Amino acid sequence: MVNIFAYFIRYPNSVRSKILGCDLHRLDEGPSVQTVLTREDGLRYYRTMQTMRRMELKADQLYKQKIIRGFCHLYDGQEACAVGIEAGISPTDHLITAYRSHGYTYTRGVSVKEIMAELTGRSGGVAKGKGGSMHMYAKNFYGGNGIVGAQVPLGAGVALACQYQGKNEVCVTLYGDGAANQGQIFESFNMAALWKLPCIFICENNKYGMGTSVERASASTDYYKRGDYIPGLRVDGMDVLSVREATRFAADYCRSGKGPILMELQTYRYHGHSMSDPGVSYRTREEIQEIRSKSDPITMLKDCMISRNMASLEEIKDIDATVRKEIEEAAQFATSDPEPPLEDLCKHIFYNDAPLEVRGTHPWMRLKSIS
Amino acid sequence: MNTSPSENSCESCPLVVCLVSRLAFECTVTVRDALNQALDEELERDERVFLLGEEVAQYDGAYKVSRGLWKKYGDKRIIDTPITEMGFAGIAVGAAMAGLRPICEFMTFNFSMQAIDQVINSAAKTYYMSAGLQPVPIVFRGPNGASAGVAAQHSQCFAAWYGHCPGLKVVSPWSAEDAKGLLKSAIRDDNPVVFLENELMYGVPFEMSEEAQSKDFLLPIGKAKIERQGNHVTLVSHSRMVSLCLDAAAVLAKEGIECEVINMRTIRPLDAEAIETSVMKTNHLITVEGGWPQFGVGAEILARIMEGPAFNFLDAPAVRVTGVDIPMPYAKILEDNSIPQIKDIIFSVKKTLNV
Repeated sequence: MVNIFAYFIRYPNSVRSKILGCDLHRLDEGPSVQTVLTREDGLRYYRTMQTMRRMELKADQLYKQKIIRGFCHLYDGQEACAVGIEAGISPTDHLITAYRSHGYTYTRGVSVKEIMAELTGRSGGVAKGKGGSMHMYAKNFYGGNGIVGAQVPLGAGVALACQYQGKNEVCVTLYGDGAANQGQIFESFNMAALWKLPCIFICENNKYGMGTSVERASASTDYYKRGDYIPGLRVDGMDVLSVREATRFAADYCRSGKGPILMELQTYRYHGHSMSDPGVSYRTREEIQEIRSKSDPITMLKDCMISRNMASLEEIKDIDATVRKEIEEAAQFATSDPEPPLEDLCKHIFYNDAPLEVRGTHPWMRLKSIS
Repeated sequence: MNTSPSENSCESCPLVVCLVSRLAFECTVTVRDALNQALDEELERDERVFLLGEEVAQYDGAYKVSRGLWKKYGDKRIIDTPITEMGFAGIAVGAAMAGLRPICEFMTFNFSMQAIDQVINSAAKTYYMSAGLQPVPIVFRGPNGASAGVAAQHSQCFAAWYGHCPGLKVVSPWSAEDAKGLLKSAIRDDNPVVFLENELMYGVPFEMSEEAQSKDFLLPIGKAKIERQGNHVTLVSHSRMVSLCLDAAAVLAKEGIECEVINMRTIRPLDAEAIETSVMKTNHLITVEGGWPQFGVGAEILARIMEGPAFNFLDAPAVRVTGVDIPMPYAKILEDNSIPQIKDIIFSVKKTLNV
C-alpha cells in the first residue's frame, strides 16, 4: 500500500547531531562531536543494519535446523561498527577482519543471498561453498579469517601495498578484544609505525573473548592505548554516527601520511561466541537484556530519526518489511540452491596453472585440479 | 651467438675463466650469484616484485644473496624487517593479496616455524577457500636444512613439512642453473612457493649455459632433471645431496655400477613420472635426503612407487638414505655422522644390488 501521506510530509534533509566524545591516546584532538546526519544516510544506515541483524537471526535459525554446519559466529549487536566504518571509508579502501565477518561481507558488497548460500555450503555462495562462514571474500575485502590475530599482519600488508602503489587508499584491519593480546598484533604495530603504513587498526571490544571476559584476559583493558606509540581513540561502538566520525578522522589521519592509528570500538554481541555457545554461562541474561533495551544500535538510530522527524514510523516499518522479505528470499535460495558439484573438489588449488593431478582417497582415485 | 652478456651474468667470473669460457659461450657462476641474478632480473622486470626480510637490504643479505640489490633498487623494493617473522611473513602475504608480488626471506627456514601459520593458513589455503577469488602470488625463500656446526635448532630440513600441504609449491634447487631458473619461475608463479635453498651450496660454482644466462631463462616447477644417466640403480635426491649422489656414482662407476641420478628440483608437485620411468629402466631405487626419515620426502617417494606402475619393475625393495633420526649435534664428528655420507650411498647401492 502506497503511503500517500509520505508525499505530503516534509522531512528535514539533515540534522545536526551531537555524539559522544572519544577517549584519546597520544592525540591532541579527536573526531568532531558534532556531525550531520542526512535523511538519506540515516535511512540507508538503518536499512543496512536491519538487513545485517535479520540476516544473522536467520542464520541462527538455519543453524539450529542443521542447515548451516560447523562454525557460525554471529554479529548481531555490533552492526553499528560495520556500518559506521563503511560510512567512514570508500569502496576503494580495503578491509580485513576475523571470523565474525558476515556483517562486513555484506557492507563490503556481497549480497545477502550469496552470504547465506555460502553459510549453507551451496554453489551459489560467494566462495562457491568451499569457504563457509569464516572464508568469504570480495573486492578490497580480504575475509573472513579463521586464525585469531593472523588477519592483523595481513591487514598491515595490505596497507603496505596501498602505500607502495601510491593510490591514497587505507586498510581497515579489525580484531577483537580476545585477539588483542596476540604477539603478531604487536609485531604489526611495530612495522606499521616504523614504515608509516596507512593502516587503521580497529579493536572491536565486545567484552568477551569466547567465554573469557576482558578483565580475565588482559592486564590492560584500555585497548586503544595498547598500540603504545600509535595514537588511539576509544569510541562508542553502539552509535553508528560516532563510529562513522571516528573512522573518517582515522582515515584522514592515515591518508595524510602520519602512519597507523588505532581505534577501540566498545560494542556488544547478543549471541554467544558462536552457535555452540549459549552465551549465558559467563554473563547474565540481565546484562544482555540491559544492552538490548538501552543501547541497541538499530533502535537508537530509529529513535533518533523518528524523534528528529527525519522518518516516520510507517517508513521504518516499510523498510523492515522489505528487509524481512529480502532475507526470506535469500534463505529460500540458500536452502534450495544445489551443493557444489563433485568436480569442484580439486579446483582452485592453484591460480593460472596447468591442470594438475590430485591424489584421491586411494591410489586408484586420480582427480584433476583445474585453475 | 652470444651477444654482449648482460651486466649481471658474468659479474662473478674471474676474468681468465670468463674469457676462456666465453669462447664456449658458458660461464661459471656460484649458486649465490645465480640467485642474485634471478632476484635482480625479476625486480627489474616487474615493479610489483619486492624483497623483504632480515638484513636483506643494508647488510646485503645475511648470506649475501641479495648483495647490491638495495643499492640498486632502494628502500621501497628491498625492505629490512625487524626480527618478527610471524609479523613480516603475514605482512608479505597481505601485500600479495593486495596486488604486489613479495619475496619473503627467512634467514633460515628454522625461523619460518614462527611464521608457519601465515605460510599455510593465510597463503597456501586462501585461493581454495575463496574458490578462486583471492590468489596469493608470494615466494618464501631462504636456506634450509643442515649447515655446518650450527647445531640442532638451526639445522632442520623443512622439505617434508611444507611438501605435505596442498596449495603450496615447494622447490629445492641444487645447481646454479636450478637456482636461477627455478627462482625466476617461482617469482613469476601466481601461487605461494616455498623455495628451499641450501647454505652450503651458496658458494659452489657451476657452469652456466648460454641459455641460462638469458634474462628470460626459466625452469618449470614440477619437473625433475636427470643429472646422470645409468642403468643399474636410480638415485633420487634434492638440493645438496645431489652432489653426494653424483660423487657416489663416480666412485661406483669405477666398479662397473652405473647409477642414474635424478635431481628432483621440485618437492611439490613431485615429478613421480620421472622417477617411475627411471625405476622401470633400472629396477632399483634409492632416495637420498638430508632430512629426517620419518614421514619424509623419501617416504613419500617410496609410497608412490609402491602404488604406481613402477612397483612391478623393482628387483629389490626401494630404500631411503636419510639424515639420522636425531636432533643435529654440534661436535664435528657427531654432525658428520648425522647426515648421509658418500659411503652411506655406496653401501646402500651395493646392498640393494646385492653385490
